[in-house]
Amino acid sequence: MRTTIRKVFWAWEFEEEEKWLADMAAQGKALVSARYFTYEFEDSEPGEYAVRLEMLNHMPDSPEGQRYIAFVEETGAEYIGKVMKWVYFRKKTALGEFELHGDNATRMKHLKGIINLLKPLMVINIGAGMYNLGVFLSYRNGLSLLAVLLSAGVAGFLFRGITLLNQRKDRLERECQLFE
Amino acid sequence: MGANNGALTEAVYYILLSLLQPMHGYGIMQNVERLSGGRLRLAAGTLYGAISTMQEKGWIMAAGAEADSRKKEYVITDAGKGVLRAEYMRLRELVENGRAMLEEDAR
Repeated sequence: MRTTIRKVFWAWEFEEEEKWLADMAAQGKALVSARYFTYEFEDSEPGEYAVRLEMLNHMPDSPEGQRYIAFVEETGAEYIGKVMKWVYFRKKTALGEFELHGDNATRMKHLKGIINLLKPLMVINIGAGMYNLGVFLSYRNGLSLLAVLLSAGVAGFLFRGITLLNQRKDRLERECQLFE
Repeated sequence: MGANNGALTEAVYYILLSLLQPMHGYGIMQNVERLSGGRLRLAAGTLYGAISTMQEKGWIMAAGAEADSRKKEYVITDAGKGVLRAEYMRLRELVENGRAMLEEDAR
């Protein structure tokens, strides 16, 4: 039987998303499709699959993205799908442990990639907010004020996400001083 | 040693050792796990990144007729062997110094 669940995870909540998908797999709900905020599961044996996700440096459909997906599949994993630059895999637990990022250096590189994607979005929202603030101060236009508040809200939201990711990255950097 | 005189990561050291024989990605993962007695399990993303970087540095290359296929095999180059030997010497120095000083401390 297939089950569809709609759930929202932001880019900086990928660990929570992965844990949720792992919990679902542990309960016998294995991921078969992932789209924007929509996950589809099929019944399986509890714990039959391990599920992993990651953000690629390239778009999944690009030659480099396809090469990476083929490489992971070669290791016994199954490609489930993509949401923008994010890809989802599952692997039967009987085939052995399934990790995409097994060391701190790779984990940090992954975090930096997500931060580098979010930073320009935040800057664009700050720029748009300042432009609309200028328009509002000149013309006292109510719509401009709404646009200012919207841009400020989105920029603040992204800032919070970037801060959380930076905190994780800093923790890993400290660990790297002692361990690989 | 490598271009920057740094220590190799465990993963890179074992990947280079594995590629003394031509091997594809999954084979490398299995071989590293076997060599390390199950202690070191390479993650797919880690291995992919290491392979790409080592190819760029000329330490390994795609091997044989399958070089263009999806299931590529890789093999170590002469430059890679040089890096591997230098790392082996560095590790030997660490172990020998550790043994000498710990044995003296235990007396």
